[in-house]
Amino acid sequence: MVNRQPIIAVIGAGIAGLEAASQLAALGYKPVLIEKAPVVGGHVAEWNRLFPDMTPAEDVLQPLLAGTAKVRTLLNTEISAINRLKDEYNLILSDGSSLLCQAVLFATGFHLFDASKKEEYGYGIYDRVITNRDLEQWFNSRQDARIDKPRAVGFVHCVGSRDLKAGNPQCSKVCCITAIKQAIEMKEEFPDAEIYCFYMDLRLFGKKYEDFYIRAQRDYGIHFIRGRISEVGEAIDNRVVVKAEDTLSGKPVKVTLDLLVLMAGIVCNPDAQQYAREIGVAVDEDGFLKSRNNLAAITDSSRPGVFFAGACTGAKTVPETLAEARSAALAIHNYFNSRG
Amino acid sequence: MIYQGKQKIWSDYQKEIPDDHWFYVRSCIRQSFFPASETHFVKIVRDLLGKDLYETPHHTTCGGIAYHSDTIPQETAMTIVARQFALMTEAGYKNLVTSCITSFGNYCEILETWREFPELEARIREHLWKACRREFEKPEYVAHASDVIFKLRGEIAERAKYHLVSRATGEPLRVVEHIGCHYSKMFPHKGVGGAEYPCVLSGMVESWGGQVIDYPERRHCCGFGFRQYLVKANRGYSVSNTHKKFESMEPYHPDMIITNCPGCPYFLDRWQYVIAEQTGKTYGQNGCGIPALTYEELAGLVLGYDPWDLGLQIHQVGPEPLLDKIGIPYDPNRKYLGLNEKEIMKPGLPTVLKCC
Repeated sequence: MVNRQPIIAVIGAGIAGLEAASQLAALGYKPVLIEKAPVVGGHVAEWNRLFPDMTPAEDVLQPLLAGTAKVRTLLNTEISAINRLKDEYNLILSDGSSLLCQAVLFATGFHLFDASKKEEYGYGIYDRVITNRDLEQWFNSRQDARIDKPRAVGFVHCVGSRDLKAGNPQCSKVCCITAIKQAIEMKEEFPDAEIYCFYMDLRLFGKKYEDFYIRAQRDYGIHFIRGRISEVGEAIDNRVVVKAEDTLSGKPVKVTLDLLVLMAGIVCNPDAQQYAREIGVAVDEDGFLKSRNNLAAITDSSRPGVFFAGACTGAKTVPETLAEARSAALAIHNYFNSRG
Repeated sequence: MIYQGKQKIWSDYQKEIPDDHWFYVRSCIRQSFFPASETHFVKIVRDLLGKDLYETPHHTTCGGIAYHSDTIPQETAMTIVARQFALMTEAGYKNLVTSCITSFGNYCEILETWREFPELEARIREHLWKACRREFEKPEYVAHASDVIFKLRGEIAERAKYHLVSRATGEPLRVVEHIGCHYSKMFPHKGVGGAEYPCVLSGMVESWGGQVIDYPERRHCCGFGFRQYLVKANRGYSVSNTHKKFESMEPYHPDMIITNCPGCPYFLDRWQYVIAEQTGKTYGQNGCGIPALTYEELAGLVLGYDPWDLGLQIHQVGPEPLLDKIGIPYDPNRKYLGLNEKEIMKPGLPTVLKCC
């Protein structure tokens, strides 16, 4: 007989939390979504279209919202503390209440790397230097004085990814394909603009990614320059002057751009690290939460009753995140079944 | 430009600079290029502001120029530096202040190397003992002399007789600041403001009324680059680097350049003459150049020292348009009088660059 009474705290109402909560509710459990933001949807809710089919982000979110319509959802709610009891967890919430639950699912997602830490790129210093998130918000709102009919746009891959000096050695996985997506979108928006992508190497592992990359070159004429940018300065007309090395031709490159987009990498949500420490869940060397087994049990933590879904264990694409959320729901179901 | 963004970075790179009790080591090449600058550093810090600043005639080169020119191994430079530390220890000081940027970088690099490899420090101590029977303590603080002037910029501003504003319009002067490569590019946390947007010079300029220009080639080398100049066949690289900087700053119409390195003011000054001769182009107003000053010279001007006592006649680019713009008086007849009113000879004038 399956115990359908347990309460499961799902921390984070991004797409991982929403999908997992939806699946758990369908299985008869009582998930509680806890979200510190005023709305659900996480990063995807801020995005406009998704690679590689240019799917509107809204199309991904709507089924998830429908699936969680009856799930208890606490918005604007932070977790002040988590206490580990014998077989349960007690969450102290920012409104002063507490939530006693029998399982905890971390769906805490990721943070974008703070691009201003790469000082040489001038984010937060030069007006025309923006991030991938800023550009995506412009795709949504069309309101950003910095983007005014640009004739030359650059994209910098791996900003705060694969960068030991920035304290973030891992690959953020989705930035290469996101840069290509955004480069194509900018070319569609501004056909006369020259678009440059500065990359270390391109990691296009997913379904249709390579096709997307070839289209960017063949159909959109986007220039791919293999080399890292050494410095960014500002010209007298507020345009940005970019210096880089083209390592394929072995020559330095200097180009003046109307807009420079930094592809900020993915780092673990620091809140997740804090919660993990409070209940004795391990954090891996890369700063993300540590799975019990990276091959066979990616959604399991080392602690009974604590599970993971999505980017809290590392950079993930949307389909990977959704698949992992379903997997986590099943793992939780099996956990309660095994306890009788 | 988002000024608050720079302020945020500056707050991340605050350097502790002691108020007083300094062991001062001069620069071997600055004493040749701009000797009055070091003299006036001592006059301002010790005589005017009353700080304890000690120097010894037994001090020598730090070996930094030779090290960066690949003519001596680092262990040799380390042993030379160990001797300077011994002189400081014998004098009873713990705060080292260097006149030269390359010395500053050299001292910082050696101390960091010893921190990483203590066995190397032990070997250098042995070398020093065998060579001259000296022992040393490492300094508690290492600062560049521009750090000290930065620290004292407020006191200098309080005593200022002139400000970096146009006497005619009241507008702030437009100032290019150029930081020596060895100041913070090696160790960003050892420079005021870090490596990308240092504020050691811009802080002085703003405190004294000027406006700092940020231009695309701000971070680019002045043109010295050691082997770019020291190997004669490479000097085309040197002047082309300097040319690139002037082309980049030209649209901003700077009134002056301020530097904190031995080589930078020299090359940013002298190569203006060479560029003018080669291309016929000058970058100041009315066929003149852009004066390139040391921070001590600028502090001296602000405090009201005589421009010729500050050694401004040693520069290739004539300072007179700048002095006129600020309203600093000067006697043209004294320009080429040295100590005790002795004639130091008047140089020949360039054919293109207007020098006075």
